[in-house]
Amino acid sequence: MAETTLETAKTKEPLMPFGKKEKKLLTDPLSDNNPITVQVLGICSALAVTSLVYPSVVMSIAVIFVTAFSSLFTSILRNYIPKQVRMIVQLVIIATLVTIVELVLKYFNYPIYKQLSVYIGLIITNCIVMGRLEAFAMANTPWKSFLDGIGNGLGYGVILVAVGVVREVFGKGSLFAGSPIELKIIGPNSDYFINTATNEWFSWYANNNLMVLPAAAMFIIGIFIWIQRSVNPKLVDIS
Amino acid sequence: MYSTNYVIGFILILTSTVAIALTGLREGTKEQAALNEEIFNKRAILAAVNSHIPGGRSVKDLSDSEVIDLFTNNIDQITLNMKGEPITEVMADKIDMGKERKKPESERLLPLFVYENQGEKFYILSVRGNGLWDEIWGNVALEGDLNTVTGVSFDHKGETPGLGAEIKDNPAFGKQFEGKKIYEGGQYKSIDVVKGGVKNQNHEVDGISGATITGDGVAEMLFRGIKYYEPYLATLSPTN
Repeated sequence: MAETTLETAKTKEPLMPFGKKEKKLLTDPLSDNNPITVQVLGICSALAVTSLVYPSVVMSIAVIFVTAFSSLFTSILRNYIPKQVRMIVQLVIIATLVTIVELVLKYFNYPIYKQLSVYIGLIITNCIVMGRLEAFAMANTPWKSFLDGIGNGLGYGVILVAVGVVREVFGKGSLFAGSPIELKIIGPNSDYFINTATNEWFSWYANNNLMVLPAAAMFIIGIFIWIQRSVNPKLVDIS
Repeated sequence: MYSTNYVIGFILILTSTVAIALTGLREGTKEQAALNEEIFNKRAILAAVNSHIPGGRSVKDLSDSEVIDLFTNNIDQITLNMKGEPITEVMADKIDMGKERKKPESERLLPLFVYENQGEKFYILSVRGNGLWDEIWGNVALEGDLNTVTGVSFDHKGETPGLGAEIKDNPAFGKQFEGKKIYEGGQYKSIDVVKGGVKNQNHEVDGISGATITGDGVAEMLFRGIKYYEPYLATLSPTN
């Protein structure tokens, strides 16, 4: 089975590195096949890191890197990986890439490494990575798997950042806190764009403390799923 | 099905390739990573005297090499044992507070950084304790009178972002400590983190709503951590 797919891939695919199928691999996980809102994978880290936007962005980049390259390497090795131990082999590949992310962050941006150190290690347990390796990379060509990895990483990242934006704006009244381009939007002193202490229209406003708790992400993701399904009825009967 | 020998061979080759690649990468980045860590820690120490950086600048705006220069030129390192006696075997900036905390209390070493700027001396003490989820730590700078707090910097391992993590992320929390006193009428009192409004202007700061346990951790850490330095500080100013 694996040999036949390899053969068809060899004769047809290299001619169109960005054909329709490849584009679909990238765009599908962003909407119709989103790993978080449709496949409901990777929820744990989506709850944990999204209280601020900046860590969400860094986390997304790290996950895109890991899904893309673990898919690529798994796909290259797929015909040699003994089926009995394929999970362990996949884990070795994922763990290696996560360690690389950690070392690279330590080298280039130590403060971010400090901030994310716990979560970076948790990428290993992110179901999206393992799920894509099992479902796609073990049966497809390296290039397609690579794109599929990027697509799924992006699909994860989009939701992560969207949740992060909602949580940070309503929970802290800022955006990108902790990064060089921090925006202070609404809060009780003059550093903020809307100063609730002096602005009479917003004097009632207070940050929502629920938003900084992981539970808020659960609600927000639930609302995203709701919106997505009411817009796209094709998803409703998926199960 | 693959034969057992194939499986073993495959795993051996895979894991040794990975091991060699990672070791190579780690060795290649080790030096820079260690330097980054050192700068990160020195920034945290200097952040406690943020209001007294030459040129009125903030530690955030200093470049990496400026941080190292400032640290070597303006800071005197003293290592103390728990009896308050200076010892010379270990440099203060090489002390790992996390490891010290695992030792029995009487065998710990304390780092003390004496920062000098325009003739004024500041004593930077390192403290460490427990937050809600994991360890928290910080640096407290005292003025020459060894009573008034110049500034503090806190950090944590795993406090909730937006709640407990505010001890580090929200500059307003640390700012409250400026000007607080650790002694009251010669009695050691430290600084408490309280809920619902500060009553004692000299010894209390406002906690973070939603992060009561982290706040209690900060108060406990300060009370115990600053006390460790008392024997040495007493030798500096006999009046206290």
